[in-house]
Amino acid sequence: MSIETVLLLIPLLPLFGSAVAGFLRHQVGRSGAHWITIMAVAGSALLSAWVAWQVFFNGLPTLDYTVYTWAVTDGITFEVGFLVDSLTALMMTVVTFVSLMVHIYTIGYMHDDPGYQRFFAYINLFTFAMLMLVMANNFMQLFFGWEAVGLVSYLLIGFWFKKDTAVKANLKAFLVNRVGDFGFLLGIAAILVYMGSLNYAEVFDAVPAVEGTTISLFGDAQWSLMTVICICLFIGAMGKSAQVPLHVWLPDSMEGPTPISALIHAATMVTAGIFMVARLSPIFETSDVALSFILVIGAITALFMGLVGIVQNDIKRVVAYSTLSQLGYMTVALGASAYSVAIFHLMTHAFFKALLFLGAGSVIIALHHKQDMREMGGLAKYMPITAATAWVGSLALIGFPFFSGFFSKDLIIEAVHYADRPGAGFAYFAVMAGVVITALYTFRMLYLTFHGSTRMDEETRSHAHESPAVVTIPLILLAIPSLAIGYFTVEPLLFGGALSDSIFVREANDVVANELAHKFDHGALAFALHGFVTPVFWLAMLGVGISTYIYLFNPGLAETLKRRLHLAWTVLDRKYGFDELWQKVLAGTGLSIASGLSKGGDRTVIDGWLVNGSARLVGRMSGALRQLQSGFLFHYAFVMVVALVALVASFVLLR
Amino acid sequence: MLTLAHFITLGAVLFCIGVAGIFLNRKNVLILLMCIELMLLSVNMNFIAFSRFLDVLDGQVFVFFILTVAAAEAAIGLALLVVLFRNRRSISVEDISDLRG
Amino acid sequence: MPIIEIVFYLFSTVLVLSALSVITVGNPIHAVLFLILSFFSAACIWILLQAEFLAITLVLVYVGAVMVLFLFVVMMLDVNVTSVKEGFARYLPAGVLVALAMAVQLFLVIWTRGMETVPLPAAEEEGYSHTSMIGELLYTEYLYAFEIAAVLLLVAIIAAISLTHRRRPETKYQDPSRQVRVKRDERLRVIKMKSEGEDA
Repeated sequence: MSIETVLLLIPLLPLFGSAVAGFLRHQVGRSGAHWITIMAVAGSALLSAWVAWQVFFNGLPTLDYTVYTWAVTDGITFEVGFLVDSLTALMMTVVTFVSLMVHIYTIGYMHDDPGYQRFFAYINLFTFAMLMLVMANNFMQLFFGWEAVGLVSYLLIGFWFKKDTAVKANLKAFLVNRVGDFGFLLGIAAILVYMGSLNYAEVFDAVPAVEGTTISLFGDAQWSLMTVICICLFIGAMGKSAQVPLHVWLPDSMEGPTPISALIHAATMVTAGIFMVARLSPIFETSDVALSFILVIGAITALFMGLVGIVQNDIKRVVAYSTLSQLGYMTVALGASAYSVAIFHLMTHAFFKALLFLGAGSVIIALHHKQDMREMGGLAKYMPITAATAWVGSLALIGFPFFSGFFSKDLIIEAVHYADRPGAGFAYFAVMAGVVITALYTFRMLYLTFHGSTRMDEETRSHAHESPAVVTIPLILLAIPSLAIGYFTVEPLLFGGALSDSIFVREANDVVANELAHKFDHGALAFALHGFVTPVFWLAMLGVGISTYIYLFNPGLAETLKRRLHLAWTVLDRKYGFDELWQKVLAGTGLSIASGLSKGGDRTVIDGWLVNGSARLVGRMSGALRQLQSGFLFHYAFVMVVALVALVASFVLLR
Repeated sequence: MLTLAHFITLGAVLFCIGVAGIFLNRKNVLILLMCIELMLLSVNMNFIAFSRFLDVLDGQVFVFFILTVAAAEAAIGLALLVVLFRNRRSISVEDISDLRG
Repeated sequence: MPIIEIVFYLFSTVLVLSALSVITVGNPIHAVLFLILSFFSAACIWILLQAEFLAITLVLVYVGAVMVLFLFVVMMLDVNVTSVKEGFARYLPAGVLVALAMAVQLFLVIWTRGMETVPLPAAEEEGYSHTSMIGELLYTEYLYAFEIAAVLLLVAIIAAISLTHRRRPETKYQDPSRQVRVKRDERLRVIKMKSEGEDA
């Protein structure tokens, strides 16, 4: 089998599985649906792993080729093409592996759901769309994948479409993403206009030629073209990767089933924005302004979304806000030009966050779809495997040395430390403070769920037991990379140049190669051991200590603090009022504009003047004209003869 | 000496008489049909005059066809008239205005 | 004044006067008769123009058939003769005005375009027949048109018949097809009855 065939099979297998499970759901039945889709994803995962093996160990050169030319118009080619290099291979492996775990897990989670086959069809379709996104070699296909994952996300958030909140949440996700996509589309359009191509390689080649160009957007002010393009593209990433202020949809997306929260809203789709910026690093590297913007937005997200996580009571929402915060960390790394570190964190985060979500899902199964942490506690003795894997995920999340999250997060903090871009100081403060907060909310969740007093009712407690194997096996399989993958991959990926063929960083900006590499002179083991004495570790331990004291030894203190710091608590509980802001400002303005247009434009102008008005005009004209239709023959003859006389007169007089 | 103009003038006079007849007659559709016959006659007169003076026989062939069509028209016109009279007991032009808008 | 001009003016005068009478007389029968007179005069003028075939056709077809049809219809329809002249005087000025305007224009056209100077073509030699020449044209160049004209006449005949044809319910008539199809049971009814004089 040639490499091209393999690459073609990787996305097409899930597409096929999705079509079978979706269109033939009655024929294949429940088990047929999950067997077909799991086989498709497993095949895809194996092939992806093989491709990754070829790329990383056998030195497969970068592949960039066209699979299918869709249309050529006016010199612009729209095509389906694959660009396979180290970045793509890494993403493909992560996506298909997490997707496979989630597929298996779903058998247990959706066990008695009537939409079983539909769910499998959707997540398989999602896998296809995400693969198309990461394998794209041109902006059109990127945009296709971008929108397709958005569509499946919409479908899955509203999977329980009879639930009012789910329908509202998926609509919200879709609409907020439209705002981001609008910017993204503007960015792509600007690239097409100024660089004349949609192909990555051609665009990257064209970047130096247009780098100094300035354009005027509003009035006479001159804007650097590259800055405008980068910020437009990043607005797309802000929507998809849920950065402040376009983050509001992600917490609400938890209305969907937990497996898709793990797959789509933690591990893969929301990281599409991070992937996109890293993939387009040659473009982003040209604009320091845009990178500063990215840095600040990421820092705000990392710090403030983490804070909201502290006051949440819904277990999935805590994890969701943690996801927001971690996405902020990745964005900060992008802003510091440490693209490879961002991708590294993306990978480790995909594993441990999927693990945490699936663990939360396991708890939810055990408690019969109860999600409020105030009614949990002490579950560790009922579900040991879930508790143990949740501990692994949590330790990875707070960056405990040797866990995968430690390497990626610590390096992000170091990268920001060494970055000398405007906003880097604030970002450094934000990520450092974020460490404390991460530890705080993570252990709060752990203690409230698995330890301390059991607070659920007797009925629920008697039924609480460990989840079936289809649930626990994915947890264990995800726990292994959460624990270990950082240790083994940090050196080759970041300092061994494994990603250097796909990521471009300017010499002056290259904090990874210039500064971080020195820290790694003695290898990952020494780095991890050194991690125990850094301030970052002690900050994390501070967070852990606070939450241990409050939630394990002095449970009443949380309520007291809530009353004492009522104002701060309200602000956090209201999520800084972003929802209200969007509701009032955007939705309100939109509604009033729409109702104005509806009344003034549609009913008065279009209906009143154009539609009914033209009908009335015709009616009046015909009313006048019907007077001519007397029905008498001699009147008609008279008109004819008079016209004839006039005609002959024109011959007589004019010639 | 007789010229082409004399014959065509005769045709023109006949035509104008036919037109005037259509205006003056308000009571009888039959007269209307006769006026049309007069106008057709004037047209035929022109055809024959031109045919004679230009020495082209096709003009006469046209007259032949016009006579044919006029005969058919008269037959159908009279048939309609009969039907009209049967239904309305009147053939007054002023009574026929069903197509008034 | 040569004889030919005398003949022309004579028949022209008759033609115009009779045409005027057609539109002015009150009685439709008189109008038809005047129309016949104008056709006759026109036929005579056509003979002057060496169109003897058409002149004869006009008399035979028009006067002989169409005008008779007109007469027929006029007599068949019971038209109120006295009301025909109503409103005549009211519309006279408008009608005359329009007709005069048209006539003036036509004269302007005719007498300013050099039509009075078109020369007569040379006379044909002995034995030349317009009729046979028209016949030749009709059956060669105008064959299709001629046949279409024939079909047109047929259509007109059918149309006229179907328009005027009506079935009167009171008329008694036979239906031969029903007569042929008839069965015994429809004709013969056998009944049982007591015979005369057979008393019980």
